[in-house]
Amino acid sequence: MAEALLSVRHAKKYFQTKNGLLHAVDDVSLDIQKGTTLGLVGESGCGKSTFGRVVLRLLEATGGEILFDGVDIRKLNKKELRKMRNRLQIVFQDPYASLDGRKSVFESIAEPLIVQKVFADRLALEDRVYELMETVGLAERLANAYPHELDGGRRQRVGIARALALNPEFLVLDEPVSALDVSIQAQILNLLQELQRKMGLTYLFISHDLSVVKHISDRIAVMYLGKIVELADYREIFKRPFHPYTQALLSAVPLPDIETEKNRILLEGDVPSPIDPKPGCRFAGRCRFCTEACRSEEPVFREISKGHFCRCLLDCR
Amino acid sequence: MEEKKRELLEIKGLTVQYHTSDGIVHAVEELSFDVEEGKTLGLVGETGAGKTTAVKAVMRILPDPPAKILSGEIFFEGEDLLKKSEKEMRRIRGKQISMIFQDPMTSLNPVMTVSEQIAEVLRLHGKITRQQAYEKALDMLELVGIKRERGKDYPHQFSGGMKQRVVIAIALACSPKLLIADEPTTALDVTIQAQVLELMKELKAKYKTSMVMITHDLGIVAETCDSVAILYAGQVVEYGTREQIFKNYQHPYTKGLFACIPDLFSDSNELTPIRGLMPDPTRLPEGCRFHPRCPIACERCGKEKPGPVETEPGHWVRCLAAAKDWEGGNACG
Repeated sequence: MAEALLSVRHAKKYFQTKNGLLHAVDDVSLDIQKGTTLGLVGESGCGKSTFGRVVLRLLEATGGEILFDGVDIRKLNKKELRKMRNRLQIVFQDPYASLDGRKSVFESIAEPLIVQKVFADRLALEDRVYELMETVGLAERLANAYPHELDGGRRQRVGIARALALNPEFLVLDEPVSALDVSIQAQILNLLQELQRKMGLTYLFISHDLSVVKHISDRIAVMYLGKIVELADYREIFKRPFHPYTQALLSAVPLPDIETEKNRILLEGDVPSPIDPKPGCRFAGRCRFCTEACRSEEPVFREISKGHFCRCLLDCR
Repeated sequence: MEEKKRELLEIKGLTVQYHTSDGIVHAVEELSFDVEEGKTLGLVGETGAGKTTAVKAVMRILPDPPAKILSGEIFFEGEDLLKKSEKEMRRIRGKQISMIFQDPMTSLNPVMTVSEQIAEVLRLHGKITRQQAYEKALDMLELVGIKRERGKDYPHQFSGGMKQRVVIAIALACSPKLLIADEPTTALDVTIQAQVLELMKELKAKYKTSMVMITHDLGIVAETCDSVAILYAGQVVEYGTREQIFKNYQHPYTKGLFACIPDLFSDSNELTPIRGLMPDPTRLPEGCRFHPRCPIACERCGKEKPGPVETEPGHWVRCLAAAKDWEGGNACG
């Protein structure tokens, strides 16, 4: 097995709110192998985006270790971190909000190169920007266009080009296709896969959309209320979902198919508040199989078959 | 079987344009479809296909200017809605036809309690006392699965899924004959979406409401609709029953839509995107509007406007390749 490029150990991120302590990310540990994609799925408010930001130290973690290529990112000083930023980049969800409306496409893509003082002369910088535009499939004539002149798909291409500018090894992709139409979504997904193959990139792909995550990931982690509840190979998780939450999540996706009978597991109620969570399993209140023990005992994250981890007290298969 | 059908809503040749400073936007052109009593029609298309414009024309809530309805008829229970006065329309909206919008966060009034908002529709459309309306409002809340006690709460005290339930309660309060749902679950999480869709199906069966479901998600169509109209750049490119569209789709655009959805339960990881982008609605291509992106387009497609062709009873395809005199590549292959 290849070495892990990113290795997160017991990462925690708590926010102090006036109603109590919000457990956004609670003891998350995972590895991402070099050149592979880990898909992180979960519903709104489960902490997946917070986790993505904690990994890049855009948010300071409350506890835990984030080892990138063996170095704990949390221990770096400002100067070292700035250097490290070359290697870790992020693409945001909303291509409408994540680009500066007053910068042209060229300026947006050139910015990281200027900030990191990569090129001494202007010509080399221009070459690199045009090269990047070509890589992500943006026509050269768009260099002087402003974001409001572009459609969602092209804007997201600018976001990707900007993230690639410094030749990173690792990208956090935070819902990069959620704001796009299906036909454009497929174009961007294919682009991301092609870039990964060509440049050997490692991805943390955050999304609420299971079908998209399945399409792009090697391994998939399912998150619920700040905790990873299940982690497995992408085929395995769809064939043998183990955790009752994963099962419900899978069954809730409407399929474009009128032949198969669907056995839908409807969850009762909404996701509970992550502020000062109750002891026991986080999912207990909505779980079909919940027992007495689930409400008091915190389930451990255990390996149920090779490479397939699950945080559940029961054997609910 | 053909004679038994009763159409509640019939749209015939509807053409809507927006006259803007950038030119004329051809939002909807020659649009025709029917909604049978008690049935659900799915309107499917991507951003800018004209789905919302079409149903706003039915509700007569298009902003004029810039919107202009150039031609067409919209029959609701046999009467042309486009010929109604504003006063008559006001009696129809909310009572006979009501609409659910995409974003429950913005379609509720933040400074009114939810029971007041439901009672408002009831009092507007019926002779009913304030107290009766309030009681009925609480009944409606219960019907959509919200406890009566919560009637005195304000929208911000509810989660997204609960807010959408309130919106559904408002829309159904006067037992409308037709419910138009514009992407009702797009803003919701999948497990909450499943709850809301289930609720809508139950209520539809209970009240025999007809429905127009606007969505970009073919999965939702498969689950909720009886017939489907696929829209592209303001035109219906394919129209038929659920079975016809899912088992025997024929238009290259419909085919493309199916090919770009990642399949949850297959091992294949290949996605085939539709090449190119949606055309600019102020400068639509000549001939067939899909031809610049179409994998089987030929020279004729750039010149001739395809009309709808009935390829099997009730199944219409707007494509030259579907017509009998076609000699090029195979659309269905």
